[in-house]
Amino acid sequence: MGLDFSVVPDYLDVIFLGALWTIAITVGAALLSFFGGIFFAVIALYAPILIRLPFRGFEWLFMGTPLLLQLFLIYFGLVQIGIDLPAFVAGVIGLGLHFAVYNSELIQTAIVAVDRGQMEAARTLGLSRGQALRKVVVPQAVRDVIPPIGNNMIALLKDSALVSVIGVTELTLSAQLAIGRTYRPFEFYVIAALFYYVINLGMEAVLRRIERRIQAAR
Amino acid sequence: MDVELMLKVYPFFIKAAWVTIELSILTTILGLICGSLGAAARLSRLKVLRYVGAAYVSFIRGTPALIQLFILYFGGPQIGIQLDAFEAGVIGLGVNIGAYMTETIRGAIIAIDKGQVEAARTLGMSRLQTFRKVVLPQAMRLMIRPLGVNINALIKGTALVAAISVVELTYTAQRYIGSTYKPFEMFLISGLLYMIIIYVTGRAVAWLDRRARIV
Amino acid sequence: MSDEKPFVDIRHAQKSYGALEVLKDISLKVNRGEIVAIIGPSGSGKSTLLRAINDLDPLTGGEVWLEDTQVNKTLPHRQYEKHINQVRQDIGMVFQHFNLFPHLTVRGNITLAPRMLKGLSEEEANRLAEEQLDKVGMLERIDYYPSQLSGGQKQRVAIARALAMKPKVMLFDEATSALDPELVEEVNLVMKKLAEEHMTMIIVTHEMGFAESVCDRVLFMDQGVVVEEGPPSVIFRNPESERTKNFLRKHLASNKE
Repeated sequence: MGLDFSVVPDYLDVIFLGALWTIAITVGAALLSFFGGIFFAVIALYAPILIRLPFRGFEWLFMGTPLLLQLFLIYFGLVQIGIDLPAFVAGVIGLGLHFAVYNSELIQTAIVAVDRGQMEAARTLGLSRGQALRKVVVPQAVRDVIPPIGNNMIALLKDSALVSVIGVTELTLSAQLAIGRTYRPFEFYVIAALFYYVINLGMEAVLRRIERRIQAAR
Repeated sequence: MDVELMLKVYPFFIKAAWVTIELSILTTILGLICGSLGAAARLSRLKVLRYVGAAYVSFIRGTPALIQLFILYFGGPQIGIQLDAFEAGVIGLGVNIGAYMTETIRGAIIAIDKGQVEAARTLGMSRLQTFRKVVLPQAMRLMIRPLGVNINALIKGTALVAAISVVELTYTAQRYIGSTYKPFEMFLISGLLYMIIIYVTGRAVAWLDRRARIV
Repeated sequence: MSDEKPFVDIRHAQKSYGALEVLKDISLKVNRGEIVAIIGPSGSGKSTLLRAINDLDPLTGGEVWLEDTQVNKTLPHRQYEKHINQVRQDIGMVFQHFNLFPHLTVRGNITLAPRMLKGLSEEEANRLAEEQLDKVGMLERIDYYPSQLSGGQKQRVAIARALAMKPKVMLFDEATSALDPELVEEVNLVMKKLAEEHMTMIIVTHEMGFAESVCDRVLFMDQGVVVEEGPPSVIFRNPESERTKNFLRKHLASNKE
């Protein structure tokens, strides 16, 4: 068979569009996982026990099972209960929830570390528990774990390839579409890999800049 | 929840779980080999090897494992590599996790205090002797826990081979979701089995870690 | 200085990191059985000089000789490694932070190199370990791990480990600087004992009292040069150089704090 990259340019627009979708999914899921992670962390630590315990079970389940399996659950599960979401939305929700759980783990640890002392200090000033959490404890905790959350976001980018399996036409599925017409899997998967690699480098650069800014703010 | 259905299909999931276990073990072994070679390359005195090691880590960690798997399995035949899905799964995932293990192993080795090397070299021990008798035994203890984290990720990562139709847990779950329209039940069975595998592995790693730290 | 051929001979040692010159043409001859202390402020180059003797910090110029062997001779990499590993067996070194191997017991720490490099049997190595540990008063801790020992005990084990290679010369790099004050004496006693056995020793130290009572000769280094050298009675009581006087005055003052 051999390799022949000459067919690639004809499909570059398809691949490029797929890459844009990959970026869109990554950004959407990253935002969801960030705010979801904060929300989950607060629930896991401060919600009444009847909410907290089942929630911990949910977290445990999400951390102990593969993302691909979770994507199947969300995509087909939603259809089953009559919610027919576009694949893109299901993908963002699946990816976002999965990484929200991982971010929540990080943020929980950080909140516990910050809580000691800071909560007391805030309460002494007359802030309510909720106010102290919102204004003092959580912002500090989140800032402390930005670097590891950043690593999770990089992992999220790469895991976004999985949503191709539930039919989101992102980079991986776009490559597959091109392969379906050309029967050139090696060439198009390598091209897709290069696109991922470049997006990955870009993301790392952005994260490094954010980290530096946080460090400087200290 | 359709318990009856779950009781009917669970034996198929257990059979599939053994495939997942088999995949995990083989991938771990290959990952450790790649990780050791990768770390050796990254810490080599030869510049070329250092670049090769760095490129391996960077490209593998910078692209999705799924794509790597596809390049190997679907693209392999074009460059003369014919593998069945299971073989491609083991090699693809093993080389992938090997890049992460490279960094784990390298991190443990460079974490060993420089004074340890100086002390051994001062006694007249060669580089290799120093590495084998002084640095490596200490680094091994440091790397058990982070390698455990790598292995945990790897076990969940084996689900990817469902995409190249290896009949393991996730593939089985996907198939039964398709035929029964009971996604939650199928998720529960396969999820529990994954968690058992991960739990047992975690205990084993913790046990190893404790034993290594007996001092 | 005697006519005897020097045992350790450092000739025109020069060392620089880029533009920074840390050793500027230093020569030092040490006779067999002689005990030399090197003192000076931090950054004076005294540790660098000591670590050049066994080529842990290679010189950028000059020669180091141990008896009839040039330590830092120019050889192709592979041959050089073989040569230096051989030479280092004859040069014992004790570090500020002990550098005991934490994964080995006291016994393992001491027997590792003799078994591997001198081909001693397990029995022979054990006997050697017991002998050396007895000398430093640590025999009863032979099966302990380093983490179970105090700093002073660790350093005594580290000395025993070096002695087990039967070195011709011992180098001490601020061996007591990392110790709590109450633990310094036990290590000093071991070093004194070695002195009485006429071990050749080169000691980088901050302990002026110890240097004065044990050493035959003291070098005062500052900014990469030997400012002054002589018997301890002269260096400590009647130094000639202003820099030496200043250093000693400051040192005394800071010790009193």
